[in-house]
Amino acid sequence: MGVRVINPGLSTTVQDLGRPGYFHLGIPIGGAMDRLAMRAANLLVGNPEDAAGLEAVFVGPQLEFTADTVVAVTGADMPIKVDGEQKPGWTALEVRKGQVLSFDFLNKGARIYIAVAGGIDVPVALGSRSTYPIGALGGFKGRAIAAGDELPVGAAGGAKAGRSVPEALRRGPGRPTELRVLPGLYWHRIAESSQAGFFEDDWKVAPEADRMGYRFRGGRKLEFVEREQPFGAGSDPSNIVDSCYPYGSIQVPGGTEPIILHRDAVSGGGYFMIGTVISADMDLIGQMQPNTPTRFVQVTMEEAMKARADRARLLQDIRTALV
Amino acid sequence: MKNRYSFGGDEHLFVECDESMSLEAFFKSLSMTKAVKASGIRGITEICPANASFQIKFDPDVISPGDLLREVQAIEDAAERAEPVIGTRIIEIPVFYQDPWTHETLMRFRERHQDPKATDLEYAARINNYATVEDFIAAHSGAPWFVSMVGFVAGLPFMYQMVDRPRQLQVPKYLRPRTDTPKLTVGYGGCFSCIYSVRGAGGYQMFGITPMPIFDPEQKVSYLRDFMVFFRPGDIVKFKSVGREEYDQTVADVEAGRFAPAMRDVTFDLTEFQKGIDAYNAKLEGAIHGR
Repeated sequence: MGVRVINPGLSTTVQDLGRPGYFHLGIPIGGAMDRLAMRAANLLVGNPEDAAGLEAVFVGPQLEFTADTVVAVTGADMPIKVDGEQKPGWTALEVRKGQVLSFDFLNKGARIYIAVAGGIDVPVALGSRSTYPIGALGGFKGRAIAAGDELPVGAAGGAKAGRSVPEALRRGPGRPTELRVLPGLYWHRIAESSQAGFFEDDWKVAPEADRMGYRFRGGRKLEFVEREQPFGAGSDPSNIVDSCYPYGSIQVPGGTEPIILHRDAVSGGGYFMIGTVISADMDLIGQMQPNTPTRFVQVTMEEAMKARADRARLLQDIRTALV
Repeated sequence: MKNRYSFGGDEHLFVECDESMSLEAFFKSLSMTKAVKASGIRGITEICPANASFQIKFDPDVISPGDLLREVQAIEDAAERAEPVIGTRIIEIPVFYQDPWTHETLMRFRERHQDPKATDLEYAARINNYATVEDFIAAHSGAPWFVSMVGFVAGLPFMYQMVDRPRQLQVPKYLRPRTDTPKLTVGYGGCFSCIYSVRGAGGYQMFGITPMPIFDPEQKVSYLRDFMVFFRPGDIVKFKSVGREEYDQTVADVEAGRFAPAMRDVTFDLTEFQKGIDAYNAKLEGAIHGR
């Protein structure tokens, strides 16, 4: 059983729930940017939640199946077709040998997740099948899929077509998108007026938004607390002695355009960070398109933990709905 | 100096040992990360040392952020009382300075450089008050370096030279980053040297190239068969200036699976080091070839 790539889309990669444990060597966790959508797609086709599927950004691929199977597409709202016939999202779909899965233009969100019963069975690299293109590691030959590739699929276990994730449990980003942020790290480096301004201003996703990080524009330039730059930090007030970067951390080079690091983050560098997007909102970023209006909302650790519990409950509800 | 603790969202604890770079701050970061690892605190999933700070990734469903903070702070108190000694390894890295490949690349990006009329090495030598490029290379390859961080991208080592602050070399990054850097370029930015593990964008000044691969996702290079990344934080590196002939020979040896990096396990003692840096470094270097 395999999947033949007729057209790869813009950038479609094999992803699972990531490769923890190697960030100290510069290899990021990777994996689906919208973890919840990836898990739901796997649950729909009877896979373990951490099975590998495909993540396609902005433009869907065109795929042919070499045997009868069950597939599911979750995440962004992008019309789904099997042999030209419209099919529902967030639903386990039966496809026959030789049929072609394709997509129309994206309506809402940014990334779709395609799960195939049995999972995409590329070799495991450092504990994961996720693609890390910079290191040519994992995925299909360490790169995005290309026309003519034939992706291996594992043995399916009890996939049933017809099941759906209830609509109330399909969460995408709102408009404007609110991203909750726990201030910290080098927050003390900016003036109080800028601390308040960051949360007051209207921001927009910039064109430079990918698996490594999302850049934002539109808010006021941050003012720094004056200091003599420490030895080894570099001369710009936004420079620090190179440190680690948390996933979700918000760096602001030169104080102008915030960048939120995502699943394929660089592991460290010399720009100060003002805080971190909480874990519960990381999936949402994966569904943001360039130009999406954005507000940053300040939260406490207690609120972050509550949001995390809410997110875990949502996943549990999806699991329960699909039993 | 006391550490500064801050949370990076609900999954990271960020610990700054010092705002400024120094061997003492790096050593504290390294020994604390070793102590945290040894402590086996539940819920910790990754420990990443950096130059003068470190980061712990944790699962807040297993340990609450508050409990983690208390446990790590307790380790700081113990670490301050411990002997500043670590076991590590010293590795000799051949470098072909002023090689044709980084030269070709730096010429392509001259308009992004502070001094378009000079090479990166000529510029670095001048602003660090060295009379000649050769003198500057002698300083760069003369004293060993601590790998103070591995990262940015896969397997890229940042290195801080084991000399006192007046002798630290400092060079700014390019005015605008290049879109290309040859694989295995030996670079320099701020007070850090690095080796580019893969080809790609970069802003560090380019001094030379090493024939020795340091990252191999296919694990075909003989000494990377066990693990695809060569460097670990805390490694000690000694650069050895080589010419074209030795460079070509080493490339061929790597290809043929004959090359093994010269390295030895050593103990590093910060107190002894501080008593006499040059003598201590000479002893460390002597260990590489078992002298």
